[in-house]
Amino acid sequence: MATDTPLRDLSGGKRAHRGDRVFNRTITGAAFTSLVVLAGITIFLGAQTIPVLQDQGLSFLTTTVWDTTGVPPEYGIAGMLYGSLLLAVIALVIAVPVSLFLAVFMVFLAPAKLSKILTNLIDLMAAIPSVIIGLWAFYVLVPPAEEWQQLLNQYLGWIPLFANDSGNFSGTPFMAGLVLAIMMIPIVTSITAEVLKRTPPELINAAESLGCSMWTMLRYVALPFGRGGIVGGIMLGLGRALGETIAVFFVLKIVFDINFFNILESGGGSVATLIVSKFGETNGEFEVQVLLAAGFFLFLGTLLVNALANLIVRRTERLRS
Amino acid sequence: MDSVKTATQEMMNNMSELEVEVDKSKAPVGTTEMEAKNVSVWFGKRKVLEDVNMAFPKNSVTALIGPSGCGKSTFIRTLNRLHELIPGAALAGEVLYEGSDIYAQNVDPVHIRLSIGMVFQKPNPFPSMTIRGNVLSGLKLSGMKRSDHDDIVEQTLTSAGLWKEVKDRLNAHAGDLSGGQQQRLVIARALAVNPHVLLMDEPCSALDPASTLKIEETIRQLSKEITIIIVTHNMQQAVRVSDYTAFFLAEENKPGYVVEQGATTEIFGNPQDQRTLDYVNGRFG
Repeated sequence: MATDTPLRDLSGGKRAHRGDRVFNRTITGAAFTSLVVLAGITIFLGAQTIPVLQDQGLSFLTTTVWDTTGVPPEYGIAGMLYGSLLLAVIALVIAVPVSLFLAVFMVFLAPAKLSKILTNLIDLMAAIPSVIIGLWAFYVLVPPAEEWQQLLNQYLGWIPLFANDSGNFSGTPFMAGLVLAIMMIPIVTSITAEVLKRTPPELINAAESLGCSMWTMLRYVALPFGRGGIVGGIMLGLGRALGETIAVFFVLKIVFDINFFNILESGGGSVATLIVSKFGETNGEFEVQVLLAAGFFLFLGTLLVNALANLIVRRTERLRS
Repeated sequence: MDSVKTATQEMMNNMSELEVEVDKSKAPVGTTEMEAKNVSVWFGKRKVLEDVNMAFPKNSVTALIGPSGCGKSTFIRTLNRLHELIPGAALAGEVLYEGSDIYAQNVDPVHIRLSIGMVFQKPNPFPSMTIRGNVLSGLKLSGMKRSDHDDIVEQTLTSAGLWKEVKDRLNAHAGDLSGGQQQRLVIARALAVNPHVLLMDEPCSALDPASTLKIEETIRQLSKEITIIIVTHNMQQAVRVSDYTAFFLAEENKPGYVVEQGATTEIFGNPQDQRTLDYVNGRFG
């Protein structure tokens, strides 16, 4: 047994090359920058949030009052927080299936040329500024979409989700969710297609030689293989949906009461849109702090959603291996 | 070093035993399982295979040999209709399976692929499935209903020569197996749907000699019950496992064609074409 032979110092190898050293430091520095920015945002928003919570207490998060002129003034963003979540869910329900179908079509079904054109178009779509989407939705999408909502209500109105008692179909959560879905689709589709393209050809071969149809190949080979990446893509899209401000501003009527599930009823909430619509009419420093505090909780929410998504991805990965 | 020598020696012994077992003069008896008639193949405008005629007797092993790029793999993929899944692929001629044309209008390619299984160059078990799941995946993917799953798993893994090594860990992941074991698992998977023909596209080219030998044993065992068509770049392998051999060749920028075919003993022992003689003696390709 040669246990007495001393261990050698191997760290020299890592330091040897000067170019590598500079490169490593640059990369490490760049990586830390993002952490610093994240920390900076958290600290700034957190500092603004403390006086608001001291003044308003937890009712800031749990109530739906927005009384700027009262004595004392009262603020509650429960409806906004819930609204942001509701819009994101509506957007997800619409965007995910559409994106998956589109990606599968592009990767496995479309002729090469068409697939290339679609890929470029979708990447282009992702680059449209949200204010343009908002304007387009306001002028072009809203009028027909109001009729679609009426149809939904007419045939599915017996389900509470699609009920509408007021007869007013403008500025509904459904409308805002639809616009958000349009913004999510390019992101989710692009990432899903990229992931599906990476399905190992030998696994596709295996499935084909076992006599399976396109559908079973997708179900048992391509989608399980790409699951982690696809969930990641959906989460990126969800991030956009949760934080989107301007596009929603054009199509959603902001109301402070919580609209729990009447998605075809006029009026809903969105933290980001609340901030942008109230920011111009703030009166005094405290009101600005109130809006920043609302932003803090939106920020917290998106972080939470992302962490949750990571957890889901990791758990499914672990179950597999 | 000594241990390496012994292992090599042992392998050589095994090989010679195998060769003794194999009766390579087996005459073309019995019925024809598959037959290719005037098969030509194109990718887009490029013709890659010219007028191939070949018959595969039932329960025989046919080796397709020839240099890279001469259309062997393309040909084998026309035999279970995998060829048509490549964009731009076209085909002329007929492929008969048990007497009827597999490219006829009313034939479902899925049925063809279940009767004519395939094993590829690179072992391709489904990594997310267990060993057992992989064996049964063909049934699942094709929607076949069979109740005797345990029997199928044991039977096919035994046929593929893998049962003894994995019987205590059927629920382990397929990715944990060695390359050679994975390839035998893939063979078991192909057998589970009960094919009559097994196509093998260079099944041993990614494997070490010991695993190769195991696969070759498996091939000999299987050929008692099913018809096997194997593409190989390994001359010794063709001699060891096959009853018949076809030699493919393609001149530069021309489609591939069959130079010579016949009993393996004839092709290797007494080839009629000078090019065959050169190739089987390793003088080109």
